[in-house]
Amino acid sequence: MADSVDVVVAGAGPAGAAAALVAARAGLRVLLIERGPFPGAKNMYGGVIYPRVLDTLLPAWWQEAPVQRWVTRRATMVLAEAKALTVEFRGEDWDAPPYNGATAYRADFDAWLAGQAQAAGAELICATTVTGLLRDAGGQVTGVRTDRPDGDVRAPLVIACDGVNSFLAKEAGLYEDWSMTHFTVGVKEVLALPRDVLEDRFNLTGDEGLDIEILGGTQGIPGGGFLYTNRDTIAVGVVLSVAGLRDSGRRPEEIIAALKEHPAIAPLVRGGELTEYSAHTIPEGGMDGMPRLSTGGMLVAGDAAHLCLASGIWLEGVNFAIGSGALAGETAAEAVRAGDTSASALGAYRRRLEHSFVLANHRKLRGAHRLILGQRAQTLYPELACGIAQRVFTVTDPEPKAGLRRWVHAERKRTGVRLRDLVKDGWIGWRTFG
Amino acid sequence: MNPHTPYSGPSFEDRMATVEFRVAEQPHITVDSEVCRSCTTKACVHACPAGLFVPTSDGGVLFNYEQCFECGTCYLVCNAEGALTWSYPEGGRGVVFRRS
Repeated sequence: MADSVDVVVAGAGPAGAAAALVAARAGLRVLLIERGPFPGAKNMYGGVIYPRVLDTLLPAWWQEAPVQRWVTRRATMVLAEAKALTVEFRGEDWDAPPYNGATAYRADFDAWLAGQAQAAGAELICATTVTGLLRDAGGQVTGVRTDRPDGDVRAPLVIACDGVNSFLAKEAGLYEDWSMTHFTVGVKEVLALPRDVLEDRFNLTGDEGLDIEILGGTQGIPGGGFLYTNRDTIAVGVVLSVAGLRDSGRRPEEIIAALKEHPAIAPLVRGGELTEYSAHTIPEGGMDGMPRLSTGGMLVAGDAAHLCLASGIWLEGVNFAIGSGALAGETAAEAVRAGDTSASALGAYRRRLEHSFVLANHRKLRGAHRLILGQRAQTLYPELACGIAQRVFTVTDPEPKAGLRRWVHAERKRTGVRLRDLVKDGWIGWRTFG
Repeated sequence: MNPHTPYSGPSFEDRMATVEFRVAEQPHITVDSEVCRSCTTKACVHACPAGLFVPTSDGGVLFNYEQCFECGTCYLVCNAEGALTWSYPEGGRGVVFRRS
């Protein structure tokens, strides 16, 4: 391991690999440090990689990336007690390049992406934990401390891609507000099914895949669920507000079990044999939870910078990690070449992010997580939507059809949804997503 | 457990046995059971996805680091200053996910 380089990247997840790739391509000496035995070993997620961000970075990515299935069907399922309402989109052209989404195991995908950084000239060392920052008397970050013997590495720039718990961003004082309200915890089961059974059950052909995002079904704990297909496994899990989980007194695996027993989910997971259980916290606070993104000698990207998009309709993270990592790599190249990695020079990073999809989306969807994780969207609206659907599709002969206006009114009364709240949330939703 | 949702999955031990852990010699999380004794919620006990926090008969909390997902939940739910010290295991050690 070199003891002095141009850029140290802490963490070889998607953010770190993208940062290392871009900085190495620009000719910098890059050291990419991963604490797991291989990149991806510490990582889990809620299931889909949206690859548009790879088109410019790695134009031939779809021929090489270790993908499980291409997502050709995207469903949103609203669960109420013993009812479900599903909206599903199927796009045949999503089964051909350039593809819209893919499922993958992070142990495969992250290792592949870090391999691309290596191919571009970055040095990857695994099984090494970055334990802290080196700083000069003025507070400028000047490198990292690792748990290897003689493990200090000096560099004019450190890119912290050390994940949602980012000890480095906290050590650098970038998080002013580190609070549980900005986090959820994702808990997931990967269930093995014979490939032909899985494809028959989900009506999939070849390498087509299905992704179901679920609202409701989390036993009143704010959050949601997901179910998606890999080649010969399905992944099913829940995402729970950490504060909600704390207050519930329930165990996470019980919430998954309850979801799996819902009549709309049970037939989909039947017979699946548990092959891996996993959990991780997720930064879902959007702009509210975001730290400062740079300081003298250091940039932060990916989950470490709270850059997950959890906005109900759009649940994205890996692409935001890659996007922010790549821009951190660009900023690093420019700053190191100019010999100025001061806090003011690195302010260019945030400006780059503002001009990209990364912060543009976060700005636009700023209030989405509050709406989605609110009590009405979590429990009342799923009940309302499923109830209205049931009335619409129930044939009431010999009574004539009452009509939508009466059905909505009756369901509002039954579920206790006030018109004022519905209008208010509708307006917020329109402003947020419109 | 909610009586309406009978839990039908594998035993918790079998569940955790699906995950690879390369156990470090030193614990990366330590719990100060003295501090826990004055904690009324002990939310870590039910919130930890790996079920690693066990209440003791004297009102404290026992923690076993060996099957830790390194997820961060305990650190977020713990409201007692100083009860938990939290870091990552030494390089190469700890949880290894393969299909997640």
